[in-house]
Amino acid sequence: MSVVQAVVQNSPPLLEMRGISKSFPGVQALDSVDVALFPGTVTALIGENGAGKSTLVKILTGIYQHDSGAIIIDGAPVHFTSAEAAIRSGITAIHQETVLFDELSVAENIFLGHAPRNRLGLVNWSAMNARAAALLTSIDAPISPYMRLKDLSIAQRHLVAIARALSVEARVVIMDEPTAALSYKEVEDLFRIIERLKRQGKAILFISHKFEEVYQIAERFVVLRDGRSIGAGLLAKTGQDEIVRMMVGRSVDHVFPKLDVAIGNTVLKVSGYSHPTEFDNISFELRRGEILGLYGLVGAGRSEFCQSLFGITRPSAGSLELEGRSVEIRSPADAIGAGIVYVPEERGRHGAVLQMPIFQNFTMATLGRTTRAGFLREAEEFALARRYAERLDLRAAALSVPVGTLSGGNQQKVVIGKWLATRPKVIILDEPTKGIDIGSKAAVHAFMSELAGEGLSVIMVSSELPEILGMSDRVLVMREGRMAGIWNREGLDAETLVRAATGNQ
Amino acid sequence: MSRILKYRELLLVAIILVLIAAFSARAPGFASPKSLANIFNDTSILIILALGQMAVILTKSIDLSVAANLSFTGMAVAMLNSAYPEVPLPLLIAAALGIGAGLGAINGFMVWRIGIPAIVATLGTLTIYRGMAFVLSGGAWVNQTQMTPAFLNTPRLPVLGLPLLGWTALLVIAIIATVFTRTVFGRSLYAAGGNPTAALYAGVDVGRAKFFAFMLSGALAGLCGYLWVSRYAVAYVDIAAGFELDTVAACVIGGISTLGGIGSVGGAVLGALFLGVIKNALPVINVSPFWQMAISGLVIIIAVLFNARQERRKGRLILRDAAKSRPVRMETPVEGAAA
Amino acid sequence: MSTLTAEKQPLRHIPDKLSTPVRRLLGSWETLLAAVAIAIFTANSLASPHFLDPWNLSDATYNFTEKAMIAFAMTLLIVSGEIDLSVAAIIALASTAMGAAAQAGFQTPALVGIGLSVGLLCGAFNGLLVAHIGLPSIVVTIGTMSLFRGIAQIVLGDQAYGGYPSSFAWFGQGYMSDFSWWPIIPGLEVVTFEIVAFLVFALLFGILLHRTIFGRWIYAIGNNAFAAQFSGIPVQRTKFILFLLTGVMSGVAAVCLTSRLGSTRHTIAAGWELEVITMAVLGGVSILGGSGSIPGVVLAAIVMGLVTFGLGLLNVPGIVMSIFIGLLLILVIALPMVVRRIRSRSAT
Repeated sequence: MSVVQAVVQNSPPLLEMRGISKSFPGVQALDSVDVALFPGTVTALIGENGAGKSTLVKILTGIYQHDSGAIIIDGAPVHFTSAEAAIRSGITAIHQETVLFDELSVAENIFLGHAPRNRLGLVNWSAMNARAAALLTSIDAPISPYMRLKDLSIAQRHLVAIARALSVEARVVIMDEPTAALSYKEVEDLFRIIERLKRQGKAILFISHKFEEVYQIAERFVVLRDGRSIGAGLLAKTGQDEIVRMMVGRSVDHVFPKLDVAIGNTVLKVSGYSHPTEFDNISFELRRGEILGLYGLVGAGRSEFCQSLFGITRPSAGSLELEGRSVEIRSPADAIGAGIVYVPEERGRHGAVLQMPIFQNFTMATLGRTTRAGFLREAEEFALARRYAERLDLRAAALSVPVGTLSGGNQQKVVIGKWLATRPKVIILDEPTKGIDIGSKAAVHAFMSELAGEGLSVIMVSSELPEILGMSDRVLVMREGRMAGIWNREGLDAETLVRAATGNQ
Repeated sequence: MSRILKYRELLLVAIILVLIAAFSARAPGFASPKSLANIFNDTSILIILALGQMAVILTKSIDLSVAANLSFTGMAVAMLNSAYPEVPLPLLIAAALGIGAGLGAINGFMVWRIGIPAIVATLGTLTIYRGMAFVLSGGAWVNQTQMTPAFLNTPRLPVLGLPLLGWTALLVIAIIATVFTRTVFGRSLYAAGGNPTAALYAGVDVGRAKFFAFMLSGALAGLCGYLWVSRYAVAYVDIAAGFELDTVAACVIGGISTLGGIGSVGGAVLGALFLGVIKNALPVINVSPFWQMAISGLVIIIAVLFNARQERRKGRLILRDAAKSRPVRMETPVEGAAA
Repeated sequence: MSTLTAEKQPLRHIPDKLSTPVRRLLGSWETLLAAVAIAIFTANSLASPHFLDPWNLSDATYNFTEKAMIAFAMTLLIVSGEIDLSVAAIIALASTAMGAAAQAGFQTPALVGIGLSVGLLCGAFNGLLVAHIGLPSIVVTIGTMSLFRGIAQIVLGDQAYGGYPSSFAWFGQGYMSDFSWWPIIPGLEVVTFEIVAFLVFALLFGILLHRTIFGRWIYAIGNNAFAAQFSGIPVQRTKFILFLLTGVMSGVAAVCLTSRLGSTRHTIAAGWELEVITMAVLGGVSILGGSGSIPGVVLAAIVMGLVTFGLGLLNVPGIVMSIFIGLLLILVIALPMVVRRIRSRSAT
């Protein structure tokens, strides 16, 4: 550690980003950001969702081009016009969602774009397979280079992604939330690989939401907020509270305002819900005015389970009771009719129709109420949309503009408003605050409390422990498609949930 | 390389063998080497076009203009040959490849640089190229008598029992197989269609891959323009009308996924041979050739159904992954839970 | 505590709409098409003295009425994100079925019923494969395009069906003035049955797409099928119905075309799928789904009809006209894309 510390202080940066700015139509994604990466050092990039981390990574990997500022490697400015150029300059990245090719073999996934070639310039498959095997062995990954990627598990895919990053002669390795879907054991393995990379003198940019990991593996940090670099320095000299303050720009005490709500009778009873490939034997009861937190790692089957409750997929076994009556849900229309609605995680893909006007999105699930004999009545659509827009304090130029022109938080309000218009009994919120700014986050949380207070039952899927602990009356934890346990709010701590979610007892 | 593709190809080989056996039971001699060589020779043009089409389909596009390209290029080289008989054949073949590649590049440019969906761009050029063939020829035919013997006879020259046309197809198969499996361009076709986002991150220019796929498809269509005109000894505007559908059919039957990124050269060739065997068998077993169109339509639909069963998204398979990782975890002693 | 209770804060007013109806109309694709139609009309009437003759004009409508009837249904299908390349083949099959029935001695009402039923069945077949089994519509309808026309070819070979009952000819050749209730006003005597059918179907499809729940579903599905499904919209059923509609409209076109030609060959309506799609796209329908309007397609049909008629008067051969159609198709798609690109480039 002392050697590393010396390196950190003495050597010049391997890569520097100076005054990088990038704007998209209507958004200043990055505003004069400075980042320095040093050889043999892990620098943690810290920031809220939407702070500009992914934009920064995309600029470093040549996917986007910055508007102004400079990227300097070894003292010389470089300009990446393509992903290929960034790779040639020795920058490689392991991405949040493993972006690889399902249909190609493991070896080819590792070497695509820089496959070993023979004298004729043709791809040398045997050399490629041999080198892939060697690489995988070097990171203790027991995966055959001949396998097709689609036959691998999520953790195995991750190892392939790491092998891919190491297959180029990279000097800068970017890791974008590499631990999000990994168990404790796998995170330990990853950290061993990172230690090895450090010893080889590579500069590593490590992005993670988990402070314990950041403090464990990184030496330096850079904090981004609203597209600006707020602070940078040595982690050893900076406390966690200070970093959190830099991230959010204010005290975080009032982010999760859970009101005390009178919990009523059982509304929804789920018994033995199972799916052939995604989840197995989920059972619980949900009461009036209750918020049930659904916690687990990414890929634990939480969304799959919720989508099955909502009728997107059919369960292979199990039954539902709503207010004491048995119901069978075969389609989203059935679910909406029964009073169960679902706000999906991917707003732009599953939630809102971004190209269509706000008022049409509000009325999309309740068209029966704003039509007569199948004919649309625009005035009533506007009236209904206005009612929920005002209730949710929507910020928009007009109700006829496309939802896609709104900010993430306001888009979320439209999706929630669409469901409230159906007057549901149970609302399922899948990662309701993912990717929205901290102000809207507090508003969404306050609003959830308010809904519970009005007697609505809420299922909230979340991967953020503070949100789970702050908002839930009870917490159900899923691991690898199965229930790992269910806990009451009293006396519940983060460690219990993490252990249950990762399977480390 | 992969189980399913091998399975698909073996299945096709088996089906083709069964068909040949069945037809030769009705018509002895159908399975003779001479007859089989004849069928292969007759299918050569379809095979070459299907391989070009495959390159385009791999990138999640489609080229509906191949037959029109063939018609225009065939007309152009035939007229060139009749007007300037002294121009040597290799130069004419180069011209065919060049004109074809140029027309393909127009498609590719529209898809790559302007962003027009491939189906619309090539639906447009399908009529334009054939219309251009009409404008070029004024609607007139170029007959056998107007073409030079070398121009007409070279593809028909038998070498070791197979005409040069068939050898050309074999050569193209060999080149394309090498290009698709062993070159950066070939692998970028699979990457661009299989996962365009990932391809972007891996430094593959998806648009450029599409452009060159269209150019390749165009060049092969141009080559086939010459081969077609010399084989049938006549050039007119309507040659190979509707043939673009046969090339798509050959690919779909051969297991090339229209969603991009999946398929093998062997599959496309076998798909074309399947259609070729049926086409050659119909007259032999006294079925009117008018049946051929309906049969290929039916086979396309069956093949798409078959492909879809293999392509269906399976979800995350969380329970499978869990079952996979569990025994491994039990063997390894749990290390002290970190931090 | 609660930041969202409306009573406590002054309400932020959000207007319903930003621009006035007049401004929106002026900037629309439909207005541009109307201007183009008027320009071509003027140019044609200056170029040829025969153009303005009412009987000539009435004849000219056959250039687009049948194709446009399919294009209305195709518009709905393309807006929903699917496509049907088999429409011309459906015409061939429906026409063949009617021809066979006519040979067998069936009378006009039965023939029309058979034509429409064959269209419906073909549409149901496409819809089953695309909406219920989930196959890509481009490939499926390339397959059924071969299959449907292939069956017609098996039945017909290189022969032709003729001998339709004389009353059957009215659909493709008759005038509305054949009815006693049709008002006797100078100029209206040239109105054909097909013009009226074209206008009635335009109205019906316009109402269906722009004024009903079903139309809203189509837009939602075309823009984001996932979000539509997640909003409880029956995506599969909607798509299936759209294929049925396209099939039936192809059947209607088959009745009109067969009646007009008086005979059926297996090459009937060859290449029409392209012209129908061009019509829809020229009318402002996005080939990627999600946007488009029936008024736009009506205008596009008229523009295409005028272009073909004008070129015909100038003795331009049909295959050269198809070059213009192909160019038109590519240009109308490419132009907005190029303009948008140039704009966004100059904006930064």
